[in-house]
Amino acid sequence: MIQIFKKEFNSFLNSLIAYIVIGVFLIAIGLLTWVFPATSVLDYGYADLDSLFSFGPYVFIFLIPAITMKSFAEEKKLGTLELLFTRPVTDLEIILGKFLAAFALVIISLLPTITYYYSVYQLGNPVGNIDTPGAIGSFIGLMLLGGVFCTIGILASALTSNQIVAFILSAFLCFIFYNGFDSFSSIPVFGQQALFIRQLGILFHYESISRGLIDSRDLLYFFSVATFMVLLTKLTIGSRQWK
Amino acid sequence: MSLEVQQLTKVYGQQKAVNNVSFSVREGEIVGFLGPNGAGKSTTMKIATTYIPPTAGSIRVGGFDVQNEPLKARRVTGYLPEHNPLYLDMYVREYLQFAARIAGLSSSRTKERVNEMIVLCGLALEQNKKIESLSKGYRQRVGLAQALIHDPNVLILDEPTSGLDPNQLVEIRKLIKTVSKDKTVIFSTHIMQEVKALCDRVVVINKGEIVANDSLDSLLKNQQGHIIFLAEFEGEVLLADLKSIEGVLNADQVDKSKFKLTAKEGIDIRPTIFRFAADKQLSLIGLKQEESSLEAIFKELTTSTV
Repeated sequence: MIQIFKKEFNSFLNSLIAYIVIGVFLIAIGLLTWVFPATSVLDYGYADLDSLFSFGPYVFIFLIPAITMKSFAEEKKLGTLELLFTRPVTDLEIILGKFLAAFALVIISLLPTITYYYSVYQLGNPVGNIDTPGAIGSFIGLMLLGGVFCTIGILASALTSNQIVAFILSAFLCFIFYNGFDSFSSIPVFGQQALFIRQLGILFHYESISRGLIDSRDLLYFFSVATFMVLLTKLTIGSRQWK
Repeated sequence: MSLEVQQLTKVYGQQKAVNNVSFSVREGEIVGFLGPNGAGKSTTMKIATTYIPPTAGSIRVGGFDVQNEPLKARRVTGYLPEHNPLYLDMYVREYLQFAARIAGLSSSRTKERVNEMIVLCGLALEQNKKIESLSKGYRQRVGLAQALIHDPNVLILDEPTSGLDPNQLVEIRKLIKTVSKDKTVIFSTHIMQEVKALCDRVVVINKGEIVANDSLDSLLKNQQGHIIFLAEFEGEVLLADLKSIEGVLNADQVDKSKFKLTAKEGIDIRPTIFRFAADKQLSLIGLKQEESSLEAIFKELTTSTV
């Protein structure tokens, strides 16, 4: 698993994907948080990081599929997957190695935004007038959300040998999981079930964690979705062994 | 350590890619796996390397059943898939290190083996290049180095020499020969010269079934049925006249004055041809027996049985 992780991570670094992902994420989120008047903290007048945490997921919806789209699709196309599958490693190790590499890249791109917290902390009046638990919860929420997006992206990549299909499919699935369930539940026909449908989506749990209360139910939700996606991926790549 | 294929069958949908195939390869033996395209060579190899499961039957690699103990079987197998897939964005050395580590070698052993392989496969000058910048011949060496890195007992090579130029061909063959001592080697090809240069034994497969499993010499011996002669005359000869010579089964015109004559079984037609030429006042300027070639054997084995 470590070997796969290293290989994948090195390939991000060698192919410039890592720098582009980190760069684009930071520029996009930086512009939204500090520059564009409609969303900027400076114009908003309240010392919080809402714009970072509400736009972060949308930036991830585009960036994470771009990171993960090649993980299986490219290897399928090149034929290197055959080589990997005939080495003494299990399918799960391959999936987890690839997942961890993508997840590590997401975390690294997220780390510099901790300076935003410090900036807003200093800008508050009085200094330090910021909802610290909320910010910590949001950071954790954004990380978990990034992890779930990575598993979705890897699943999409395992389903096809075409990277563009993988990208579009995973961006779509990420969007549905993040926002789709929430919007669905607002259709009036669901009545009693509306809350249940809302709870199936990421947004509900992300908002809940963002309030600064780290609830085991929300953590369980993120881990369950990620595990579910990993198992589906395992099923997909294991299908070659079906008779 | 050996390779045993027992009653292997693989069905894709309606099509039987491999049908009840059994053969084995002993330790220290190099076996050529021959057959036309689509005969089931790659399928058999993919099953032997645990990539896909058999529909029925079994393969044991180094004593391990590929279905029940896939990880153990993989550990003793070196595999070069068809078309030699490589991570093009990796450096040669980096890739070999990865291959070694993923095969389960320790980091010190990895260092040692990578250096050995770079020397053995002649990659010293290319070791710090990216794989994508290598020529086909060097990529093939990298592929072989990858298959050999963990010193496997069983080597499974799927068309290791396809698409190489004649010089590279010779080098790769030499390399396979050197590394194959005390290993079980099976490689697929459709080039007969290669078999001649490398193999102790050939397994010929056609439409999923084994049509020959023998040493090259005895295959050549059994092929002596019809001897073909190449006769060249000075001046005009009618094809019909040649066909009417006693003992000639068939005659084909190669060009204006060159003919291919197939003799009936067990008859030497050379004296008759000579007399024929003398009778017709023709000068016979060439008469030679065509060697019953490897290609002919291949052709016969893979077209006659349907």
